[in-house]
Amino acid sequence: MSPRAAARLEQFDFTEVYEYRAGKLDWMAAGLATEGENAARPRAGTVARTDVPICGVDDRLGDVRERTQAAGWDVAVVTNASRVVVGMLRAQELAGDADVLVERAMRPGPSTFRPYVPIKEMADYMSEHKLDSSPITTSDGSLAGVLFRADAVREAEGCPDCVRKMI
Amino acid sequence: MAAAIDRDRLRELVARGAQLVEVLPAEEFREDHLRGAASIPLQDLDRDSAARLDPHRAVIVYCWDAA
Repeated sequence: MSPRAAARLEQFDFTEVYEYRAGKLDWMAAGLATEGENAARPRAGTVARTDVPICGVDDRLGDVRERTQAAGWDVAVVTNASRVVVGMLRAQELAGDADVLVERAMRPGPSTFRPYVPIKEMADYMSEHKLDSSPITTSDGSLAGVLFRADAVREAEGCPDCVRKMI
Repeated sequence: MAAAIDRDRLRELVARGAQLVEVLPAEEFREDHLRGAASIPLQDLDRDSAARLDPHRAVIVYCWDAA
């Protein structure tokens, strides 16, 4: 659609026309702010908790467990140096052998969701699939936060219209 | 021919005064749009609606995705 719009503007003698082809999806997937009726409604990215403990694959599980518990969490996200999510350590994994490296203990390739997903949609999905928590990532895979089902359900109850409209 | 740009370039251009135009249907614009964007749905884009824009400044058009 944007190439056609750009072509039309050039026909109207606009001399400096650009196309942001990745579009609104790319913008919102990066967790960037928008304006409009939905902008103030809760979404995955606004409800997600951002202070989640993170660790690397070469960390010792026992060390990560200590840090995670000390911070009051029962989940940690495994990322690379660029904060790209590569795995999760939930309570079951965190309870493993303290001397094992995270690489061996983590649950690799967790399902991730984008920050713009409406909270009701997230609450319904997480309830249906019995997901207690889910990493929220930007379009480049970087961690934006962790969304807890309890938070999503609570927010969704206050916002029954927080679903995507398919136009 | 219009140049394709990414998110970072968009921000640079907007900071330098480029105009943003969303060409999706108005309902989608009402729900969410990039800050400062104008709404000119593709089906309504003609010389009259384009007259809202300054032809001497850069214009960035976008829709939902690359499809």
